[in-house]
Amino acid sequence: MADLTDLGIAAIRDGFRAGDFSAREVADAFNAAVASAKALNAFIVETPEHAISAAEQADRDRSEGTLKALSGVPIGMKDLFCTKGVQTTAASHILEGFTPQYESTVSAKLWAAGAGMLGKLNMDQFAMGSSNETSAFGNVISPWRRSDGGNAPLAPGGSSGGSSAAIAARIVPGATGTDTGGSIRQPAAFTGISGIKPTYGRCSRWGVVAFASSLDQAGSMARDVLDCTIMLEAMAGFDPKDSTSLDLPVPNWEASLSGDLKGKRIGIPKEYRVDGMPVEIDALWEQGIAWMKDAGAEVVEVSLPHTKYALPAYYIIAPAEASSNLARYDGVRYGLRDLPDGAGLQDMYAATRAAGFGPEVKRRIMIGTYVLSAGFYDAYYTQAQKVRTLIARDFDAAWEKCDLLLTPTAPSAAFALGEKSDDPLAMYLNDVFTVPSSLAGLPAMSVPAGLDGQGLPLGLQIIGKALDEQGVLNASLAIEQRAGFTSRAEKWW
Amino acid sequence: MIAARPMSVDSATVRKIASLARIATSDAEIEAMVPELNNILGWIEQLEEVDTSAVQPMTAVIANTLRLRADVVTDGNRRDAVLANAPAPEHGFFGVPKVIE
Repeated sequence: MADLTDLGIAAIRDGFRAGDFSAREVADAFNAAVASAKALNAFIVETPEHAISAAEQADRDRSEGTLKALSGVPIGMKDLFCTKGVQTTAASHILEGFTPQYESTVSAKLWAAGAGMLGKLNMDQFAMGSSNETSAFGNVISPWRRSDGGNAPLAPGGSSGGSSAAIAARIVPGATGTDTGGSIRQPAAFTGISGIKPTYGRCSRWGVVAFASSLDQAGSMARDVLDCTIMLEAMAGFDPKDSTSLDLPVPNWEASLSGDLKGKRIGIPKEYRVDGMPVEIDALWEQGIAWMKDAGAEVVEVSLPHTKYALPAYYIIAPAEASSNLARYDGVRYGLRDLPDGAGLQDMYAATRAAGFGPEVKRRIMIGTYVLSAGFYDAYYTQAQKVRTLIARDFDAAWEKCDLLLTPTAPSAAFALGEKSDDPLAMYLNDVFTVPSSLAGLPAMSVPAGLDGQGLPLGLQIIGKALDEQGVLNASLAIEQRAGFTSRAEKWW
Repeated sequence: MIAARPMSVDSATVRKIASLARIATSDAEIEAMVPELNNILGWIEQLEEVDTSAVQPMTAVIANTLRLRADVVTDGNRRDAVLANAPAPEHGFFGVPKVIE
């Protein structure tokens, strides 16, 4: 039998249904792959027993004819999703040992669909970061290495860096991610996998550790577009427990998946041609334009004039919401408590938060506290929310001329660990192409499209209108069919 | 009326922000944060260039209506679950240090 860990979500689902192998065999194969890949540090907690229990149930369901959408498929769960009885930390020391008494809606939906959990995936602390270097549980190492023979450990992207590394290393067939400003798409691009952030409100935020509530959105990450589609269908759907959840049926995206783009107009936003972008990324973008035409689409140039203001607006809005959301970590109800001798309540709050939060989390809480403080609120926060309106209007104007947008996912290939961690601003600039669609709540996907001169993956991004996940998935599939991306990281771990 | 923005934050301001944010911070950490925050705030200030005089701030990213639910109790009787992760539960309550005013 072929190595089961070479199979993606669709292949596992279909092979299991056809009786080619049992769910238990799949779970055993992936559990072993997870256990042997500790050098990647992709997991904070491994849960082989969860995967086995779901697999045994799937095997029973198969014999009884009660198969579910993801029966037989084990996945990885980003450690931002609360999982009942399994430690959930958001990769922060302040939540170390926190064991939720409830299940997040997204993870509950996946388990109800028959999926099993291989473990909780490492990430940037509270999803704040683009390289997975802010985790309190150590860096995730990308399975990819440059072809120069130097073996410098590379960033898997962030914040969903455990998810991206685990999928690229073939130790999970798919994983959940969350995306606030690019945290699904940028790590997907860095590791040669696919990842989609759906429209804001498609996936419930209930039980997901909050970072910036008006931006946070869960999505799926996997080896290809079909696998992401299958998984997203199981994750999405209305949830009365999330006040911003969209009360809409989940379309059958898989049934309508097609790489035929006849009649579609693809916009190329001219403002995304930024200074200093590597020639290879520009060339790949041109290649993507040719692929769109080959798939039957018409390509038009469009303008999104406020693009350059998206990142600064994001770095007001996201920290402001974070400073408010993270006020709950006070050492009283859950998580870490640091009570110095003789300290009062206020000292306990301050000591607990100083000991529990990492430097990047503190930095963002401080920025957020400052921009929301008396006298500066309008100048910073209100102005940023106005600019956000203008960014959303830019997209609305573009939709008069096109149905979807094609852009690079990130301005560079994966960088080495440590290369940008001393310069917060340089790190923030990683999200230049992903933040605008996050601010507008639009669905967007990254698909692998080629390798750079150092043998590292590069991604292209498709952005769609609100609720048009189908259009995004289809155009992404058209790229995937033409890119023929089959490269994978050579195993060293 | 939009308040004028200061050109930069000093260590006294950073100390005040840390205090508002309830994060204990040493003098050395404060000094290190001053240039770091100024670098980020200086970059953010480019938003001033944008004319937003005729624009409303965004309130909902995707048009949605806030739902109302029936005014009935849908939860409760979960004291042990609520306290399960508390660092210092006492007699069925969250324990905190003595507060004496």
